[in-house]
Amino acid sequence: MRVALWKIAHARSGDKADRADIGLFAWDAPTYAVLKREVTPERLAAHFRDMGAGPVELWPLDNLLAIKIVLNRALQGGAARSLRMDNLGKAVAARLLRMEIEAPADLPRLRAP
Amino acid sequence: MKTVRVGAGLGFYGDSWHPVRASIERGGVQYIASDHLSELTLAILQKDRQKDASAGYARDGVPMLVDLWPLAAKHGVKFILNAGGLNPQGAREALARAFRDKGWKAAIATVSGDSVLERLDELRAAGEPLIHMDTGAALDTVRGRMLFANAYLGAQPIVRALEQGADIVLTGRVADAALSLAPLVHELGWKWDEWDKLAQGLTVGHLLECSGQGSGGNFGSAEEWARIPDYAHLGYPIAEVDADGAALFTKAPGTGGRVSFDTLRQQLLYEVHNPHAYFSPDVVLDMGTLKFDDQGGDRVRVTGASGAARPERLKIVGGYQDGWMGTGMIGFSWPQAYAKCAKAAETIKTLVAERGWPIEETNVEYIGYDSLLGAQADPTYRDELNECFLRMTIRTKERKVADAFGRLFPWLGLSGPPYVGSMKGVQGAKELLGIWPTLAKRGLIEPKADIAVERI
Repeated sequence: MRVALWKIAHARSGDKADRADIGLFAWDAPTYAVLKREVTPERLAAHFRDMGAGPVELWPLDNLLAIKIVLNRALQGGAARSLRMDNLGKAVAARLLRMEIEAPADLPRLRAP
Repeated sequence: MKTVRVGAGLGFYGDSWHPVRASIERGGVQYIASDHLSELTLAILQKDRQKDASAGYARDGVPMLVDLWPLAAKHGVKFILNAGGLNPQGAREALARAFRDKGWKAAIATVSGDSVLERLDELRAAGEPLIHMDTGAALDTVRGRMLFANAYLGAQPIVRALEQGADIVLTGRVADAALSLAPLVHELGWKWDEWDKLAQGLTVGHLLECSGQGSGGNFGSAEEWARIPDYAHLGYPIAEVDADGAALFTKAPGTGGRVSFDTLRQQLLYEVHNPHAYFSPDVVLDMGTLKFDDQGGDRVRVTGASGAARPERLKIVGGYQDGWMGTGMIGFSWPQAYAKCAKAAETIKTLVAERGWPIEETNVEYIGYDSLLGAQADPTYRDELNECFLRMTIRTKERKVADAFGRLFPWLGLSGPPYVGSMKGVQGAKELLGIWPTLAKRGLIEPKADIAVERI
């Protein structure tokens, strides 16, 4: 089924020069396995196309159940040069949490409480 | 085994120091590591210094220390802060003056020598091209517009200041995490080639350097953020580190916020590029071997950092003048709030085109609809918004164009679409800054590091 990331993961973003960076975190190990499979540089590049982001880099971290994502050239040259309301890229993680992926319906966070 | 407790101070210039009080009173900390300099704070401080040669340091350092020192002195707590900015000596003079007025005694050290703005040609003559490390662009493209350029020093000069008995160490630009790493090295007797221990220390520094973000603040999540307890009294994170480098993270009893695997791992990856090679002046950290043992009750044990040898070259960050931003804003109420904003934007664009202004880039955002989410904004209710604000920004090389742009907007109040709000004045031109990260051999930088201790 199609699932938005906010239902199964959490995330924080920040800036470094012209790069926006995001930590994407699974709440549990089964979800982490799905994120590793579904969250690819190609899908991220398409998702963030409107930010004009250059190459997307990605590192899975099994010990943290996390994926580190870097969007190069995503901040209009950097926070102090950007024309955007979100010049620091703090809400870029929220943009990511709206991305939909294919996930099994029985992930822990998707089961009825 | 000997341990040392370091507490987080500020996380940026303008952050609150009130939570530090609880860390000193009830958190058992021996050191406070306080970060006042974001990547571009030095640009603000440079403007201060241009107006007044005795300025150029972060102005929140002195009031913070004046407020907290009686309590800190009673508990034997030392402060390490980079509030020296571009003028650590000026910061020390201001602090010494304030302390003398109160009749207080302290050994106040400065660490300086990080500024390379006056040395760019000398560094190039010594064989460093100082090209932009991300784009490869040549320095000459921005050389004449550079406003500041500072190297990131490491923990070594801070340790030397502590060895000389400093109670307060005021630094210029140092790696943020060095503010915490230094007291660990100093107290626990680590050697400068014990890479795994230094990597643990770098991990500690990185987890402490953004104040409340290490203890439940800005916890990026849907729904879970609302379960973070008592934001009003959120406690800043504290790390108790033993001689082997194992670190127990917690916060002062009775404070709000949360220290857990989840809140710490969000901070761990914050503003990090390759997590297997997190560079600092003192060690290169691989986060891939870290272990987090969440013991509950706001206690998390962190071990397992892997360190590799420190880099041969230090990072320098420069900032250069890169044009001006003009800003206009206007808000509209229902009905058709979004459509009226769009009409206003179209109208402004017509006026700008008719004036033939030299504008390099125009940015249109709808606050209340897409200004934070961009293309991820959900259009379902766009045409039924209760209210919406148009924000337009432009980039131009001409300051007067940036100023004039903002002045186009008030006219819309009487001659544009109906039910206008937000006629709260005009925003003037704002200077834009480009950032110039580059590298230079440490042998060209570190011999210039200067440590001075003043006892008052």
